[in-house]
Amino acid sequence: MMGKLFNFLGGIHIPQHKDVSTSSKVVSAKIPQRLILPLSQHIGSPSKPLVEIGQRVLKGEKIANADGYVSAPLHAPTSGQIEDIGDYPLPHPSGMLGQCIVIKPDNKDEWTSLTPHAGDYKTLNPSELRNIIRSSGIVGLGGAGFPTAIKHNPGPEREIETLILNGSECEPYITCDDMLMRERAKEIVCGLLIIKHAVQAKKCVIAIEDNKPIAIQSMQAAVKEFADSNIQVTVIPTIYPAGSEKQLIFTITGKEVPKNGLPFQVGVVCQNVGTTAAVYRAINHGEPLISRYVTVTGDVKNPKNLDVLFGTSAHELIEQCGGATGNGENNGDIRRIIIGGPMMGFAMQQVAIPIIKTSNCILVDANQSKDLQKRKFTMPCIRCGSCADVCPVNLLPQQLYWFSKAQELDRIQEYNLFDCIECGCCDTVCPSHIPLVQYYRFAKSEIWKRERETQKSDVARERHEFRQFRVERDKSEKAEKLRQKKAALKEREIKKDKESSKALENEGSSETKPKQPKNAAILAAMERVKAKKKNQQVTPKNTDDLTDAQKKLVKEIDDRRANQRKNNMSDANQKNESNSE
Amino acid sequence: MLSAILVVGILASVFGLILGFAAIRFKVEGDPLVEKIDKLLPQTQCGQCGYPGCKPYAEAIANETAEINQCPPGGEQTIHDLADLLDRDILELNPDNGEVSEEKTVVYIDEETCIGCTLCIQACPIDAIVGAAKQMHTIIESECTGCDLCIPPCPVDCIHIKPVETELKTWQWDKPAILGINNPSSKANAR
Repeated sequence: MMGKLFNFLGGIHIPQHKDVSTSSKVVSAKIPQRLILPLSQHIGSPSKPLVEIGQRVLKGEKIANADGYVSAPLHAPTSGQIEDIGDYPLPHPSGMLGQCIVIKPDNKDEWTSLTPHAGDYKTLNPSELRNIIRSSGIVGLGGAGFPTAIKHNPGPEREIETLILNGSECEPYITCDDMLMRERAKEIVCGLLIIKHAVQAKKCVIAIEDNKPIAIQSMQAAVKEFADSNIQVTVIPTIYPAGSEKQLIFTITGKEVPKNGLPFQVGVVCQNVGTTAAVYRAINHGEPLISRYVTVTGDVKNPKNLDVLFGTSAHELIEQCGGATGNGENNGDIRRIIIGGPMMGFAMQQVAIPIIKTSNCILVDANQSKDLQKRKFTMPCIRCGSCADVCPVNLLPQQLYWFSKAQELDRIQEYNLFDCIECGCCDTVCPSHIPLVQYYRFAKSEIWKRERETQKSDVARERHEFRQFRVERDKSEKAEKLRQKKAALKEREIKKDKESSKALENEGSSETKPKQPKNAAILAAMERVKAKKKNQQVTPKNTDDLTDAQKKLVKEIDDRRANQRKNNMSDANQKNESNSE
Repeated sequence: MLSAILVVGILASVFGLILGFAAIRFKVEGDPLVEKIDKLLPQTQCGQCGYPGCKPYAEAIANETAEINQCPPGGEQTIHDLADLLDRDILELNPDNGEVSEEKTVVYIDEETCIGCTLCIQACPIDAIVGAAKQMHTIIESECTGCDLCIPPCPVDCIHIKPVETELKTWQWDKPAILGINNPSSKANAR
């Protein structure tokens, strides 16, 4: 049975190149010499390492914890020793380094103890299922790497009408989902039932593009086996980008996901087939996510799909597929590899980068396939409008291009730049070969940068204002303290005066009588010094017979000395004062 | 005739009262234009404009006592935004106020050399330096705006400038080079 399908506007038909990598069966890739596991293999905050260098870990053991809600844990893909935790090249368009855990496999491939829930997933409630999925480190394997458990938690008030299983895989060259559906259809359907239970979906639709007849057959056979009338396999027409989440939801249900919205807002949850198989392994076997199918294709001798442990280097996989093809003097030289497909993937010059949870395809470019070198010289835009015809999101790519070029970042947002899925359709059809998607990516990151700067300047303003407030406050507090101190001193003096006058009245003694014993002591000391000075008085001897000039000189020197003494005294006094303060 | 004067007079007094009431009731606190200008300034509080901070400069612009081209950290972008807001002509950045630095920078303290004199703490306009007298100081790098005001007061020259490092989160796609048939770099840029 097949429901009515809705065709989205736009999209393009492009050479598929899929059959090159589907001829041979999927084999497990060899365990490499070293596994490099980036801590950030998903959307959200990077995981936090749980292990130390030198520690032995077993296959499936958790080596890094999720850090926050939007994050995922990481597990050891095989048993071995932690060799290093440090910065290594990441599969990222920037080619930058990032924190990775490096495992040196011991080739024993020894599993840690697992807790499977085979066959009894129905006894677990959705929240328990979500917890298992979360702790198994499962993220969307379609490419975005969004933690799956969050997708399964639409909130209590939302009802999920349709669970869509995305087996469309519309990008050229990539066949890992196709092969997975051919070879592990039963696991996928099992996983689908588990997710259906987890999100309490009413019905499930398995959407497969009509260019994968074998996968359709095997999925249909598997569905028949489970005899669940709420699951149906729907064949959708092959058009790029039919496998993009929002486009697929429209194709199946005719509903559009709102701007900035998520699929559950229209009662839909969409899952990739690889993710679904991983959910099955996590629930029924207790196995965390440690490997995936990866397509190695393009300019390699034996293009095929491999079951790869995360952390395996792309270089290693290319070697296992016979290395790069080539003729002439550049035989086997890899110009670049593309992680992902030719439309949405990103190119990397470096080959020694690890496979992570979101890497679905390694497309090797060794200057052989003409399709990979399609970009020619850029010419001026001729305003033909082809880009607007093919845009699956109904944007105006040409307008976006102008605004991006002129960096009119406010205008470009009015034209809904952030709805762009960067599918590359406009790019492909552009007769002037303008790298449109690059312009959009640039504009997006420029807007993010501006936002960060605004945020930072807001914080700086706040801090500056607080500092001004603080300085003012400190000043006024100090002034207040000084005032209080002075007032207290005055009070004391007045008190003292009063007391002394009282004492005077009471005793009626003479004026020379000291007011207080301390004062008396001071007076006595001063008397003593005076007496001493008197005794020590020296009369200068050679003061007679001086000329006027000499007298003047002597006077000057005496004056200077007296001055100095005075200054010293006042300095000392000041010092004393400041000390007492 | 008399009635006309009377009617106009009454109307005038009624409207006068309404206006008078509105002036008191809907009085705007502060100058909203200053706030708007202040929002566009980069808030480094560096004083390169000749005013002791971004707010005073914003006030000066609002009073038309300062030009809009005196903010080197904001650069061309800020001049553009200010010109847009105030409907003034776009000017070149005034070279007397300094040059636009290509790179964002922050400062760091060479902690071995720091003697703990607190002079830099007093100089920092946003309290981004922590430390106490005779204790080592350090800069909160995430808050530092790169105004470099802490550098001159340091008696032992232990504060140094460094560029802000690009992280994965702040990494940016390049703007595609303007390619053309005569531009040989276009081949290198081909995807």
